[in-house]
Amino acid sequence: MATVLEMKGITKQFPGVLANDHIDLDVEEGEIHALVGENGSGKSTLMSILFGIYRADAGEIYVRGRRVEINEPRDAINLKIGMVFQHFMLVEPLTVAENIVLGSELKRGPFLDYDTAVAEVERLSALYGLKIDPHAKIQDLSVGLQQRVEILKALYRGAEILILDEPTAVLTPQEVDELIEVMRNLRANGTSIIFITHRIREVLAISDRVTVLRRGKKVGTKPTSETNAQDLAEMMVGRKVLLQVEKGPAKPGDVVLEVRDLAVRDKRGALKVNGASFTVRRGEILGIAGVEGNGQTELVEALAGLARPESGQILLQGRDITQAPPLKIKQWGLGYVPEDRHRRGLVLDYTVADNLILGLHTQAPFRTRLGMQDFRAIKENAVKLVEQFDIRPPYPHQPARKLSGGNQQKVVVAREFARDPELLICSQPTRGVDIGAIEFIHRQVVAQRDRGAAVLLVSAELDEILSLSDRVAVMYNGKIVAVMPVEEADEHKLGFLMLGGRLEDYQAAGGNEVAR
Amino acid sequence: MLDRMKRIPYHVVVAPILAVLLAMVVGSLFVLTVGESPLAAYKVLLQESFGTARGFATTLQRATPLMFTGLAVAFAFRAGLFNIGAEGQLYIGAFAAAWVGFTFTNLPKIIHLPLAILASMIGGAIWAAVPGYLKARFGIHEVINSIMMNYIAYFLTDWLVTGPFQGSTMIPETKRVAASATLSRLMPPTRLTTAIYIALIAAAVVYILMWRTKLGYEIRAVGLNPTAAEYGGISVAKITVAAMAISGALAGLAGMEQILGLNNRFIQRFSPDLGFMGVAVALLGKNHPVGIVLAAVLFGALQTGAAAMDRLTSVPRELITILQGVIIFFVAAEYLFSRFMKVKGEA
Repeated sequence: MATVLEMKGITKQFPGVLANDHIDLDVEEGEIHALVGENGSGKSTLMSILFGIYRADAGEIYVRGRRVEINEPRDAINLKIGMVFQHFMLVEPLTVAENIVLGSELKRGPFLDYDTAVAEVERLSALYGLKIDPHAKIQDLSVGLQQRVEILKALYRGAEILILDEPTAVLTPQEVDELIEVMRNLRANGTSIIFITHRIREVLAISDRVTVLRRGKKVGTKPTSETNAQDLAEMMVGRKVLLQVEKGPAKPGDVVLEVRDLAVRDKRGALKVNGASFTVRRGEILGIAGVEGNGQTELVEALAGLARPESGQILLQGRDITQAPPLKIKQWGLGYVPEDRHRRGLVLDYTVADNLILGLHTQAPFRTRLGMQDFRAIKENAVKLVEQFDIRPPYPHQPARKLSGGNQQKVVVAREFARDPELLICSQPTRGVDIGAIEFIHRQVVAQRDRGAAVLLVSAELDEILSLSDRVAVMYNGKIVAVMPVEEADEHKLGFLMLGGRLEDYQAAGGNEVAR
Repeated sequence: MLDRMKRIPYHVVVAPILAVLLAMVVGSLFVLTVGESPLAAYKVLLQESFGTARGFATTLQRATPLMFTGLAVAFAFRAGLFNIGAEGQLYIGAFAAAWVGFTFTNLPKIIHLPLAILASMIGGAIWAAVPGYLKARFGIHEVINSIMMNYIAYFLTDWLVTGPFQGSTMIPETKRVAASATLSRLMPPTRLTTAIYIALIAAAVVYILMWRTKLGYEIRAVGLNPTAAEYGGISVAKITVAAMAISGALAGLAGMEQILGLNNRFIQRFSPDLGFMGVAVALLGKNHPVGIVLAAVLFGALQTGAAAMDRLTSVPRELITILQGVIIFFVAAEYLFSRFMKVKGEA
């Protein structure tokens, strides 16, 4: 098979992050090439460079053996490269046919030649087995069908290399099966597909070869037939030296958090948490491991009062908080480090001092009589926490936006930890944070446990889970599928469970062997 | 101290001034086309609006309602809301003030006047709270709803002054308000009234509310990052309604000034788009009370000067309208300046 695409030494620096560090990638004709890695590993950046949205700082791109410059999407389209983004770019009130020809319309005089457009859509639709009604309006279509329109749009523009950016993230399981079928048809017709995902199962189900990225670097490329789930998980998460966290044995006390049979839907109405039950005790860290997207986000948001559970019960120190508002839950003893500090954790344009009182601003000492703010108390609080949590640069009046990711995270951590919460939830507490800050945050988490807090840790980093937790729970498909003491957990076992394996099967097969 | 100085961003002060200066340069081109000297024209403009006590008083009088509507738009904007309905809120506030003014005629001034002022604020607040509620409850965009509320306000007051509350004449206006509900003139014969004090107090109150209280902290948090505000235990829905209501109360005060200070009765469709001018004033004033007071004075001066230029030179008063438009254009195009200035300003 001929190589249709080669990317060599692609490097892209963003402020503070080396998003792509000398990445090589080659794609063959009629191949489905999976590009996998955790969030922030550089997959989307690499593909944005290929499609001309970003320009690489260094590196070369060859298409069909010829060196090319891709400066804008138009160049990519002319080279027969098509891309389907996670967020669709469709005009909702227009029909399927109108959307597909948009930008390169067939004209009859000054008018759109709608009939020919429809015929063309029907031809492509039949050729690739992408069933769709050309006359349907986009707004009436499901997400899966809208994605199909995006694929047809790329094909209409002559795409021979098709980039699908996490196409399955927005789909239901049935829609995923249909998409896989469509991808097979495309491959049979000679189209090369670059398939971005972080779901290992899908990689194994459909791809011919797989390239793994981690933290901006390429880990390797392998034929899918020569790899397996465990191998891929290790490549993705990495077996870097465990950051050793010094901690004594846990002294678990009373139950602080009890979750019973919880169900939560996401904004689009999909049931993401589906019958999760677990408890966390005073003086212990419960780590929740799982591939992202298995309901961890929705679970945590429900615990913090930011998402309404569909059913089930949440008890905080025996008090039912299932339907309580966020402020009340905080006042009853929750400290919460959210997974997305920019969206949830910080008002970036507020100063460090103002961010350090978010959620505490309704109470003394920060609020005085008559609803005024006490600026002395706000400043004293900031000076104290900036010093205590080593936030740099140490200026309370600096807008949070100007801080590095690690220091922004320290602001959130300082605010949530300094209140000595009864229950501390840390969701991806060290994502996008430098090594120094990671160690600092880890030590603080352990200190909170030793003080007597119940800690719930959610992380996509297995080594973080393994080095911090006292007990480990695995979340898969909206459920807690296993809970074990950390001594009984290792990467193989967790990886197996995270991908939907059953604990009994693992034990029956004698542990490691089954995962290999 | 240094901390505080640093917190005033460069573009907040310099960009609006640059916009005004650039607009004047562009304006001179228009003056030249009618064969006048731009310098002479601007001299007349300045002289008439700032040069004499009477001219300055007129400038301040014209600035007063713009201070209110500018504050109104800015207040909502800080909560991330675009209150394009200040005009309708102004009409409802104006009618409420007029109604109290001509209905409760037996009250002493010390009660009657504050009551009429309060009525205008309540009227405006209710009118603005409706789109606020619709946004909070159903997610309907406030721009659509506040525009529609404008039309309801126009036609409602049209009906009120041609129907149940028409004065004795055939003119579509209400009865006069009682003297006990009118604002005192500060410098007759100019029509500058104590409303200017109320406007300055309102600016101070907005500043304190926005930057010194818990409510202001919450409003700004919702405006800057609603998801983080929600996380911080702030009810985005409540803040949306509250910010719109306060914004509407400020717009209602502009209507109050027109009734109790200027016209002494509600005249059908009396407002020369004061509510919409508030958007321009807020924009030029960078949504800050001090900036808004200054921007309103500038717009007041332009209007005062326009009349004089018309009288004393062959420059048509429409030039002033053009000037206002160009100022807005340059303010809106501010990012152009910030790009030039970034290298020096934010290094």
